Amino acid sequence: MAKNTLYNKVWDAHAVATLPTGQTQLFVGLHMVHEVTSPQAFDMLRERGLKVAYPERTFATMDHIVPTKSQARPFVDPQAELMMQAIERNTAEFGVNFFNFETGKQGVVHIIGPELGLTQPGMTIACGDSHTSTHGAFGTLAFGIGTSQVRDVLATQCLAMDPMKVRRIEVNGKLGPGVTPKDVILYIINRLGVKGGIGFAYEYAGDVFDDMSMEGRMTVCNMSIEGGARAGYVNPDQKTFNYLKGREYSPKGADWDKAVQAWSQLASGPDAEYDEIVRYDAGDIQPMVTWGINPGQSVGIHQPLPAPDSFEDSGDRQSAELAYQHMKLQPGVRPDELKIDVAFIGSCTNGRIEDLRAAAQVVKQGIEQGKRVAQGVMAFVVPGSMQVRKQAMEEGLDRIFLQAGFEWRGAGCSMCLAMNPDQLKGDQISASSSNRNFIGRQGSPSGRTLLMSPEMVAAAAMTGRVTDVRKFSAA
Amino acid sequence: MSKVTQITAKAVPVRGDDIDTDRIIPARYLKEITFSKMGDYPFYDERFDEEGGQKDHPFNKPEHQGAGVLLANSNFGCGSSREHAPQSLVRWGIKAVVAESYAEIFAGNCIMLGTPAVVASSDDVAALQDLAANKPEVEFTVDLEAMEVRAGDLTVKVSMPETRRKALLEGTWDSTALLLANRDKVRDTAKKLPYMGWAVV
Repeated sequence: MAKNTLYNKVWDAHAVATLPTGQTQLFVGLHMVHEVTSPQAFDMLRERGLKVAYPERTFATMDHIVPTKSQARPFVDPQAELMMQAIERNTAEFGVNFFNFETGKQGVVHIIGPELGLTQPGMTIACGDSHTSTHGAFGTLAFGIGTSQVRDVLATQCLAMDPMKVRRIEVNGKLGPGVTPKDVILYIINRLGVKGGIGFAYEYAGDVFDDMSMEGRMTVCNMSIEGGARAGYVNPDQKTFNYLKGREYSPKGADWDKAVQAWSQLASGPDAEYDEIVRYDAGDIQPMVTWGINPGQSVGIHQPLPAPDSFEDSGDRQSAELAYQHMKLQPGVRPDELKIDVAFIGSCTNGRIEDLRAAAQVVKQGIEQGKRVAQGVMAFVVPGSMQVRKQAMEEGLDRIFLQAGFEWRGAGCSMCLAMNPDQLKGDQISASSSNRNFIGRQGSPSGRTLLMSPEMVAAAAMTGRVTDVRKFSAA
Repeated sequence: MSKVTQITAKAVPVRGDDIDTDRIIPARYLKEITFSKMGDYPFYDERFDEEGGQKDHPFNKPEHQGAGVLLANSNFGCGSSREHAPQSLVRWGIKAVVAESYAEIFAGNCIMLGTPAVVASSDDVAALQDLAANKPEVEFTVDLEAMEVRAGDLTVKVSMPETRRKALLEGTWDSTALLLANRDKVRDTAKKLPYMGWAVV
């Protein structure tokens, strides 16, 4: 059992009672809600005659089904329109805060929580979405829940939970040029496996995370779940506090000082004990690309794709065989031999302003070399929120993307999960800055996904094939 | 709320590690605002081609129709938190899952529906899957009191977190009522949390 970690401190502060089952009743400090996993939960409240217990701690938006080309109402897809009407009705009836288009604050739940200052160190945060782990970047205990649990949080602001183990993942040293937070987390998942994190919260620590921006920490924590860890976090520091200062829902005035004082006590101390500790060297991490059907099936950009029989575990071997079959790829091929049809920059993993800046920088270099989006490639950029979009346009990033032939869209989840018109067709292959390369994930049952950093997606868009962003910049 | 002590039904093996929730239910079926039709969709893209023709999948086989025990391998239900995944399985007819391991959110969602998700060793799961494939008429019993699965000549030990087992055995798996009972304690806990009182404007 871990002791004196941030996880323990946050858990203990939010433990209400021990339930008759032996589970802990855990108070939820922030409940984020979106349109897809909530309508049934609100219906359950109606059936049971229950109200939302803490509407002031409940914040809804819409992201998954939102079309990114035209957001005019009614939506073209009647199911999406019905779903929109449901969240409008539910938030109005139950008095829940709702960030719709009109507020200018709509966006992917895991982008808007932090950017509005709702996500604060020391909180427990739940949302009916597995990428809730994103919020752990602020030193929170944040995790995804199912719809019946959404009902519980709405009705009681609590969850029945079993404790987690804590694995500290230290990455020390300095990342090489062109190596991004996305590469760090893909590397970690590759090393620990997609089920390595089951039962654990991941604590990311060491030089690499100390040096990393808040945006980068969010990218890393976001994909904890892809490694099987329901939650992941970084201990809060001055960078965390600086990010939050002055945001809409951040504490103000005298409360700000109190908050910083409280937040400063949260980090795992020198006396912390962990269930496990693993250590990696930043120098071993290269730009990463996935080649398979789970986020652990990845290689460094210059490594050949592995033979299935190189995996010790028979399950991993079978997964690799299925992956090659689905991806129509051969072992031994190098990622930079892979041509792409679609390039997608966005998602709760990499749809923040810093991601768009980094990708635009690569695109700009391409433009200077006389390049534009490669012929036959559909490339598009989907900001994670309306505020990210606005900021990017103020910085002129949209013009760089548009000049190179990218499409510039409205905010939403888009092709990360394709519950909206943004979908692969047939067996198209995408370079994607999102988080999952599961079979059918991007909307076509035979579609293929290569996960990589937004910089790598930008480079791939302009060459038409997977490209080492470090060489692209140097060319 | 009903007590869940044991389940007896035919079994259906779905082999392979890391079967994610997108494979269990493709995201396009999450656009419905109720769970009522989810039983039509489990493993949809693996069961049907683009014209709606049936593909070779255990859920399509005539001999597995009416099965109530799903036999899966490791990290079953990984990926998204969509409760639509267990909802689709349960509404298709699954009443218990036996697997080598589960993604944490998926296992939690199963318990919220009163559906046991128990763990057996890799060898035992393989033996159970072989039995269900070769003799689909055999009834499997998932016994939460003895914590074993019995089928034909096989008896294998299974496990699950004790808290969840207790919730099923005592019929307290629908946690809302338990959580509501502690309303006063919730208020006390909330009062002590520093951020509850901070001014945001």
